[in-house]
Amino acid sequence: MTSALSIRDMVVTYDEFAALDHVSFDIGTGESFGIVGESGSGKSTLLRAISGLASFDQGTLSVAGRSYSGRKRDKEFYRTVQMVFQDPYGSLHPRQTVDRLLLEPLVIHGFTDIETRINRALDEVGLGSGFRFRYSHQLSGGQRQRIAIARALILEPKILLLDEPTSALDASIQAEILNLLEQARRDRNLTFVMVSHDLGVISHMCERLAVMKTGKVVETVPRKALENREFSAEYTRQLLVASEGFRRG
Amino acid sequence: MRMAKQVSKAPLLTVEDLRVTFPTRTGDVQAVRGVSFALGRERLGIVGESGSGKSQTGRAIMGLTPGHAKISARKLAFGDRDLLTMPARERRQLRGKQVAMILQDPKYSLNPVMTIGRQIVETLRTHERISTSAAKARALAMLEAVQISDPERVFSLYPHEVSGGMGQRAMIAMMLVCGPELLIADEPTSALDVTVQLEVLGILDKLVADRGMGLIFISHDLRLVSSFCDRVIVMYAGRIVEELPAANLSDAQHPYTRGLLNCLPTIGSDRHPLPVLDRKPEWAL
Repeated sequence: MTSALSIRDMVVTYDEFAALDHVSFDIGTGESFGIVGESGSGKSTLLRAISGLASFDQGTLSVAGRSYSGRKRDKEFYRTVQMVFQDPYGSLHPRQTVDRLLLEPLVIHGFTDIETRINRALDEVGLGSGFRFRYSHQLSGGQRQRIAIARALILEPKILLLDEPTSALDASIQAEILNLLEQARRDRNLTFVMVSHDLGVISHMCERLAVMKTGKVVETVPRKALENREFSAEYTRQLLVASEGFRRG
Repeated sequence: MRMAKQVSKAPLLTVEDLRVTFPTRTGDVQAVRGVSFALGRERLGIVGESGSGKSQTGRAIMGLTPGHAKISARKLAFGDRDLLTMPARERRQLRGKQVAMILQDPKYSLNPVMTIGRQIVETLRTHERISTSAAKARALAMLEAVQISDPERVFSLYPHEVSGGMGQRAMIAMMLVCGPELLIADEPTSALDVTVQLEVLGILDKLVADRGMGLIFISHDLRLVSSFCDRVIVMYAGRIVEELPAANLSDAQHPYTRGLLNCLPTIGSDRHPLPVLDRKPEWAL
């Protein structure tokens, strides 16, 4: 399996604080990789450092065989790697129509067949062109997240970074969005890196997962290990207990 | 100790045909449309998705509905006292003393410019004639009851100086310090880390059981609610669509409840794609 994304000893520090402490992993092309951890464990920092939203201080990042530095990335990188954020209420520009939101990445990357791409992107996320000239406040949370996914997919990326893409949504909407993401991944042979605190979601979506704590990856296990309870980190066990609901006693 | 205070045949809370209506430019929006239930000293869960009216039901009981909204009910009574006709002054005395509410996110619901200790003492001194030193002692005891290991230190901290789990414990302490008979918890753990959630729920559970309070637990999480409560009400579009004992969740009849249970991904099940909810217009009738 060729490696789509490879990280070696990535370090991110804010002043003295090490938000990421020598994190390394490889993700194969077409793989779906999950990251779990409590808040402050560095999982969002990791996604931001991979995506280029934050710089990293040490280590290497290579995407599809090309290495990138901590700070400057070229356009090609941003076309390959796209991100979907947690809060669909905060990640869409409130004063731009859906059309404008989807247009911007196309213009930046110099696409020409804009009309067809926007319509196709909307169809693909199940919204249809009727939504094209609406503002984000006219959409429900689930519809907004569909737009955010359309915006990420419109550049035909190879890697999608998903930062808790369904944690702000109702359970029934979550199922729809997860199905949509899986469909997109199958159709385009995408590679997913997905952060979530919900082990059910991670085990549904991902083949492997890394458990993070205080900026380090404490263990990387295949999905099967969750079912068979073959893991060693205490935090993984706590998460598993939490996913089973409240127990009296 | 609180149980003996009043032996009345009336349930702790009676809600009959509660409606909450918000007038808007495009006409009235009914957030709650005829909700009825009675609550004893038990744990009742209200579950629903966003917009189902679960929070507005809790707020109407608490008396926190926005001023421009209209509330109507055949009956809304706390014990044998009518909440609908009660003067505002009396309602204020009730609120915080006998009925208390825990909100979702301690980051937004605690006063950012007051120390945690002062906020707890303020609650106490609003409702009871008590000296400053006695109030402080009560507040410290309460902080200890929510399993804060160093109450003296937390007492003098500001809300931004504590973690979410700690903030929510402080909130529980503040709400329970006057010994309310009814507690409304609106998504009390949704803003917390998954592993901290269970700790906070454990603390809440113990205090509710020890003090014999009635609890209304409002949440979007059907599984969590059913593992915590005795009885569950499922709301959809402002109405109750199903009511069932929490232990018999798997016997749910309404397609909405069944759909909600079914669409959650779980460890070990391999369902691709996940079943999605097929919303029928008649559910909202």
